[in-house]
Amino acid sequence: MTRLALALLTLAFLVSPTAFAQGMASADDPRVGLGAGLFDAEEAIWNLRMLSTTPPPEDFIGVTNSDLAFQGNYVFQGNYNGVIIWDVSDPANPELVTEYLCPASQSDVSVYGNLMFVSGEGLGGRLDCGTEGVEERVSEDRLRGIRIFDISDIRNPEYVSNVQTCRGSHTHSVLKDPNDDENVYVYVSGSAPVRPAEELPGCVSADPDEDPNTALFRIEVIQVPLADPASAAIVNSPRIFDDLAPAPRRTTPSPADVRELEEARANGAYIVRMFGQERVIPDRFVTMLLNSVVQQRGGEGEPTEADRVTLRENIQEIAESTFGISAEPREPGDGPQRGPNQCHDITLYPDLGLAGGACEGYGLLLDISDPVRPTRLHAVADSNFSYWHSATFNNDGSKILFTDEWGGGGQPKCRVDDPMEWGANALFTLEDNEMVFKSYYKMPAPQTNQENCVAHNGSLIPIPGRDVMVQSWYQGGISVFDWTDINNPVEIAYHDRGPINAESMGNGGSWSVYWYNGLIVSSEIARGLDIFELAPSEHLTQNEIDAANTVVLTYKNAQGQPMYEWPPSFALLRAYMDQIDRTGAVPAEQMAQGRMMVADAEMAEGAEQRSILNMLAGGASQMASDTPAGRAASRFAETARALASM
Amino acid sequence: MRLVLPLFVAALLVGCSSSAPVEPVAPATAPLPTPAVEAPAAETPERDMAAMEALYWQRRREAMTYTEADVTFMQGMIGHHAQALVMADMARNNGASAAVQRLAARIDNAQTDEIATMQRWLRDRGQAVPEVQIEGYTLTIRMAEPSTEAGNTSHDGMDHGQMDHEGMDHSAMDHGAMDHSDHGGMHGGMDHSGMPGMLTDAQLAELGAARGAEFDRLFLTYMIQHHQGAVVMVDVLFSHDGAAQDDGSFKLASEIRAEQTAEIAMMQLMLDSLTDSTFED
Repeated sequence: MTRLALALLTLAFLVSPTAFAQGMASADDPRVGLGAGLFDAEEAIWNLRMLSTTPPPEDFIGVTNSDLAFQGNYVFQGNYNGVIIWDVSDPANPELVTEYLCPASQSDVSVYGNLMFVSGEGLGGRLDCGTEGVEERVSEDRLRGIRIFDISDIRNPEYVSNVQTCRGSHTHSVLKDPNDDENVYVYVSGSAPVRPAEELPGCVSADPDEDPNTALFRIEVIQVPLADPASAAIVNSPRIFDDLAPAPRRTTPSPADVRELEEARANGAYIVRMFGQERVIPDRFVTMLLNSVVQQRGGEGEPTEADRVTLRENIQEIAESTFGISAEPREPGDGPQRGPNQCHDITLYPDLGLAGGACEGYGLLLDISDPVRPTRLHAVADSNFSYWHSATFNNDGSKILFTDEWGGGGQPKCRVDDPMEWGANALFTLEDNEMVFKSYYKMPAPQTNQENCVAHNGSLIPIPGRDVMVQSWYQGGISVFDWTDINNPVEIAYHDRGPINAESMGNGGSWSVYWYNGLIVSSEIARGLDIFELAPSEHLTQNEIDAANTVVLTYKNAQGQPMYEWPPSFALLRAYMDQIDRTGAVPAEQMAQGRMMVADAEMAEGAEQRSILNMLAGGASQMASDTPAGRAASRFAETARALASM
Repeated sequence: MRLVLPLFVAALLVGCSSSAPVEPVAPATAPLPTPAVEAPAAETPERDMAAMEALYWQRRREAMTYTEADVTFMQGMIGHHAQALVMADMARNNGASAAVQRLAARIDNAQTDEIATMQRWLRDRGQAVPEVQIEGYTLTIRMAEPSTEAGNTSHDGMDHGQMDHEGMDHSAMDHGAMDHSDHGGMHGGMDHSGMPGMLTDAQLAELGAARGAEFDRLFLTYMIQHHQGAVVMVDVLFSHDGAAQDDGSFKLASEIRAEQTAEIAMMQLMLDSLTDSTFED
């Protein structure tokens, strides 16, 4: 037993590693052995179609492309030199709309309405967007935080304001609360060191017990009034990590414990007071302590009776210094703060009032129903995880996935001998606001030593009835996988290039990739903007792709998760039909008949159409059950009824 | 089981001599790949791919602005990481618990890769590169001279101008020019044992002799100390004007800080659980 059995904290590191169901792809995977090149690397592609690849504009070549945001037909691509805006109305030929030079790392970008937000973290970012950097350790020219632009004129973004923060902004999350139409909120966390107080007053890098105003162990909540974005300011710095340190297992010993202790004392056992409770020291430790007593007096050999007396008289002191224990009980928040001191990404799912915080050694589930005061609901840790990086919920909020950016994205963590549970995704079910670990998923094709590769950013693809996600793996390319069966996630599509350089690790690969209105858009760190679409395969039918493409977003930010809703359509009906078919639960003849009826319904009109649809709904309802086929049938019936009532 | 940390010939250490430039070093000498000049037919009609590629590599070279503090950090952190590898190695042989072995394996994997990154960073900038050699528990670090073929497309650099200083009597050397004590904590120049968090020979020997649960406790205790030292080294780097401006340096230093801070928290929890369960068997 340990003290770690906490109601709100699951620590997986005490259990042995879960057997890893997923295997590495075989050596004949087309992604193995691709030729190197910057703009001419060999490529492998499966179940995707590449629509275009567009190198960055000249001022941005050779400078890191970072995260993406979307609005209307525009794609906003961050770059350490500023922001590039593309019009992707014709995805085969993206049109460069705006190149805004304003250097800062990482230049992660978000949009809301006529506002654009850009993260600045590195030391070279300037308030005046100059390209000369900032040399001095302390400078009034430095920008580390959030830049706010007005993009009413998309071709001429207007720099409205800054909000400076102590650790800068590595990434950020824009929260539009469904109940607040006057403001948006920006959650900022930084992973870089705290800037000096001489540069930004009030910035302190210390443990909270040394200085309660420390910039560590908190996130910043910026409120941006939509009517006056220039007055954006930090309104709260919630300490969502407080008391993640283990708390005492119990405060009073049980009667059995007391009895055992008294018996031991009567038998002459050595007893110490440890964190508020008396404990018997086991024999093997007594031997160790006795030997140290002998050593202390400069003696040799077996301990004498005098040594035993010395030990007995000084047992508390000796045990405290040897084992690092204390006689006093631990209080919550006692001792060094051991929770994380920052988050990398916070994925907001406003429709559920939840957020997933990937925060150093923890994955957190946050309640964001009060946007200014997010609170922690649950926390998980996992000894297979190095650095919790980002989170993605499934659409109905019954699952959450966290990524581990082991090595920070600059290291080759997908080599053939890198464990499949390291630098991977960890998949959890969400049960009454508690995360329960189920499995790992890692892009399965081994990569070379010259390819930085680890789990990175991605998004759900709205395949109805399934949990399908597209994700960046840096130079490991992009991987589309299905995690509907959370115990057995499976890859269903990919794209990969050979390394940038065959002999040396280059800085490249897919930083992030998101589904947006039928397109799969990837920000390639070195090569520019890649646009794909899904191609039908044994894993995904054209009907499922068509149904996904009925979902239309007006905007999308990297760390904001919209709830996908499918308007009733015949494409949706056919997608569910394909899913019933895929299970093999329904005989082919019956499926063929159903498909004919769906075709008839689509051609029919008015009362006749309603009648066929209701007939289909009635038939499918009878199949409804808690099996994959039964769930698809139930969704089919619901869609048929919705179509009938339109 | 003795930790051997030979010192280095000061004259070889461009970045460590007291007269080394504090100004950003001119990037012109940096040996990054020079693209082939012969231009293949551009695939996109309106854009010349070869010209773009040339521009790409030129920008990558130009982006290499760095200071003496960055070079000192990289050289020092290689030695610091190397000791973590020695410690991680012990976990395999000393009856560590499964959890500690897993932690050690991950530290080994992560820091081996980071050493390679730091070596590449130094090599790309024509700086002296510490080469790490571990035999048993003996750690030897040798400085590979900066490549004299700067500007060449030397990616590995392992065979470029590396000098073997083993066997030299370093104790008699004058380390005055290598004294980093003005850099806040990096005392004793390239004698890595003076860096924050480094285990002393005695601590390393103690860890090497420990077995089972006692090894776990010591490993966690000393690795926390070691990681805390790395965090201090990053903070020292950031306290210098003009340091950590280069993308590679800022990213690597920030990542080391973030990851090791997270690992310290995890190790502290593991240590607590060990302490708490010590008397419960």
